[in-house]
Amino acid sequence: MATVRVQEADFDVGRELESLTHGRTDVGALASFTGLVRASSEGAAVNAMTLEHYPGMTERALEDICREAHGRWDLIDTLVIHRVGALRPGDRIVLVGVSSAHRGEAFAACEFIMDYLKTRAPFWKREDTPSGSRWVEARESDEQAARGWE
Amino acid sequence: MVTILFFASLRERVGTSREQLPLATANATVSTLIESLRARDGAWAEAFAPGQAWRVAVNQRMADLATPLRPGDEVAFFPPVTGG
Repeated sequence: MATVRVQEADFDVGRELESLTHGRTDVGALASFTGLVRASSEGAAVNAMTLEHYPGMTERALEDICREAHGRWDLIDTLVIHRVGALRPGDRIVLVGVSSAHRGEAFAACEFIMDYLKTRAPFWKREDTPSGSRWVEARESDEQAARGWE
Repeated sequence: MVTILFFASLRERVGTSREQLPLATANATVSTLIESLRARDGAWAEAFAPGQAWRVAVNQRMADLATPLRPGDEVAFFPPVTGG
């Protein structure tokens, strides 16, 4: 149904997505999103990033989001992997994978999970820039995207 | 007693990540807890001043000012989330 992992280690996108379809013949669509660390943010260079989270609640929040996706669409499987700790530009941060019989459900649920993750899962980014370290501010556009699903 | 957790920029502003506090009233809510935190010194009053953006979770679920608190609850305060 749903697999959720929060970890410091990197993940292999191909292998993780393969786990959603391996040995199955009912999956007709597999949609995924991979988020990466960009080398610039709000006009400043980003040398490194640290991701803090709320252990326990994070996993619960991600499971709730996946459960809601399964309630809204006819899905076969969902997967969310989110990294925490020290990351550098180019590193993978998050992977969402959704399998279903048809593409419409998979595309929609993948976007829904990311929009809700951005506004409901307790992660916080801190960026190291040439002028010092700063906490990333939440964006109103992310709140608007999440509200669009209500 | 309730356990209170602080995360990210809010943790830095108040200078602590965790504390235990007795509930002041039998009808305690997130709102009454906030009032007692605001009554502390400047950094606390400032962090929880009206208009400051913070979120609260009770027992690891998103909550709001009206959420009731009971002994043993875990209450967490943090800024709007920025993962993904």
